[in-house]
Amino acid sequence: MAGIKKVYLDNNATTPCDPRVVEAMLPYFYEHPGNAASRSHPFGWEAEGAVDLARQQIADLIGADEKEIIFTSGATESDNLALKGVYEMYVRKGNHIITATTEHKAILDTCKRLEKQGAEITYLEVNQEGLIDLKLLEAAIKPTTILVSIMWANNETGVIQPIKEIGEICARHGVLFMSDATQAVGKIPVNPRENGVHLMAFTSHKMYGPKGVGALYVSRKDPRVKVTAQMDGGGHERGMRSGTLNVPGIVGFGKAAAIAKAEMADEAIRLSALRDKLESGFMAKLEEVYLNGAKSHRMPHVTNLSFKHVEGEGLMMTFNQNIALSSGSACTSASLEPSYVLVALGLGDDLAHSSLRFSLGRFTTEEDIDYALEAVSEGVNHMRNLSPIWEMYKEGVDLNSIVWETH
Amino acid sequence: MAYSEKVLDHFKHPKNVGTLDKNDSTVGTGLVGAPECGDVMRLQIKVNPDTQKIEDAKFKTFGCGSAIASSSLATEWLKGKSIEEALKIDNMDIVEELALPPVKIHCSVLAEDAIKSAIKDYKTKNALS
Repeated sequence: MAGIKKVYLDNNATTPCDPRVVEAMLPYFYEHPGNAASRSHPFGWEAEGAVDLARQQIADLIGADEKEIIFTSGATESDNLALKGVYEMYVRKGNHIITATTEHKAILDTCKRLEKQGAEITYLEVNQEGLIDLKLLEAAIKPTTILVSIMWANNETGVIQPIKEIGEICARHGVLFMSDATQAVGKIPVNPRENGVHLMAFTSHKMYGPKGVGALYVSRKDPRVKVTAQMDGGGHERGMRSGTLNVPGIVGFGKAAAIAKAEMADEAIRLSALRDKLESGFMAKLEEVYLNGAKSHRMPHVTNLSFKHVEGEGLMMTFNQNIALSSGSACTSASLEPSYVLVALGLGDDLAHSSLRFSLGRFTTEEDIDYALEAVSEGVNHMRNLSPIWEMYKEGVDLNSIVWETH
Repeated sequence: MAYSEKVLDHFKHPKNVGTLDKNDSTVGTGLVGAPECGDVMRLQIKVNPDTQKIEDAKFKTFGCGSAIASSSLATEWLKGKSIEEALKIDNMDIVEELALPPVKIHCSVLAEDAIKSAIKDYKTKNALS
C-alpha cells in the first residue's frame, strides 16, 4: 500500500533480515546446494565449510568455542533441548530445577511437562522491577537441584537479570546454569563463559538473521555439560541434535552474528537515545504514563509503558494500520488475562491491560520515533475521551472505592 | 486480528460518546465490567417521562475495539425504543450486526448487561417495576 506510512516497532517479536545477510545466504540455495553431512563430495564439503565459518562467527560473538554451538530450529527448540536434555541426563543426580515466573513460555511450558515426568520446579518471583532476588535463589537451591534456568533479558520489558551473580551462586553450589538469551544476543555483549552460564539458548531472527535457525551453547569444559538428544536420527551436532543442517539459514545466522559483533555497540547507543526520546516524549505529552520494569537494568532498544485508563488492544487499533507494536493486554485470548510477565511485576491487571511494548531495531529511524510519538499520543487521547474510568479519574473518583462487576 | 468493517467504522467514528447527568431522574446509568478484566462499559439512557421512550443514549467504554463498537451500536439501537423494546435487545443481535468473532462475544454480552443495568437504574429511580 503505497503512501501509507508503516513503522515497525516490534523488533522483539522478530527483526527484519539484514540485506547483507540475505545476500550471504542466496548462493546456498542453488549454487551450493550440498548437505553439510555429505562427506564424500565437493558439494558436501562446501556446505560443511560454510557451516564451519558460521559456527565460528557465532562462537566469536559470544566468546565461545565453535564446538560449543549446537544448531537448532530456533530458541524454542534450544530451550526445550536444554531443559529436557539436562533433566534426562542428570535426573539420577536430582530432579529439582529453579526458574522464574517471568520466563518465556518455551521455558515455563517445558518445565510444566517435566513436572509431569517427576521433576520438581521452583518458580522464583520477581520484584517490581522484574528482577529476581539472589538471596531467594540461593535459598531455593538444595541437594537435588540440578539446574537453574534464568533468562538473560526479558522479551516484554527488556529487563536484564543479574546473570553474573546468578552464575556465581550456581558455581558455588555446583548447579548447572542455563540462560535463555534470545533477546540479548546480538544486541548487548553476551559471554556465557565469563558469566558462569553453562547452557544458553538464542536465535537468528531476533538479530537480523533468518527465521528457522537457532543455537544452544553447551559448555565443553569446566564443566563439560551433556544433554540427552531430544531428536533421534543421523547423530548430527555431536549427537545432541539430529537433522540435516539448514545450511542457508546457518550461513545467514553466521553473517548476522558477524555484523552484530561489529556494529552492536554503536547500534545500542543510537537505539537507546531514540528509545529515551520516545519515552520522555510520552511522559511530557501525556499524563499517567508508567514505565514497566527496571529503568537501569534493561535492553537499550526496549520500553514497556502503561497508558493508564486506556485498554492496550483498543489503543493499538487507533494506529495499527501504520505502527506495529505489542500490547500486554490479552483481550484477543479467550482467557481475558493480561500479560503474566507484567502481572508478575505486581502491576495490577488494569495497568497490565494498558501496556504497550515498543521495541526498536537496526532499521528504526528518528522519523519513525517522531511519527510514533505523535500517532500513539493521539490514540491515547482518543481512547481516554472514550474511557469512563479516565472520566472518573479526572473527576477525582477513587477507582478503588467502586465495586466492579467482574465478569 | 482482523476486524470487520462495521467494527472499524464504529471504532473510528463512535456514535453517542458522552455523559448524561446521572442524578437526573429521567436518566438511567449502567456501569458494567471491571478494569481488571480489560473492559468497563458505561451506558446511559434518557427516557421521556410522557412517552416512556428512550430519547437519548450515551456511552463511554474502556476496552478493545469490539467493546467500543458494541456499545456504540447499542446506543444507536436504543434511541427511539420503549423500555420493553430495549429489553429485547439480545447480545447475539450485536454479534451478528458487527460480525464479532467468538473471542469477542463477551463484548456483546457486556453491552446487553449495560443496557439492562441502565434500565434497572431508571426503573429503581422512578419506582417502576
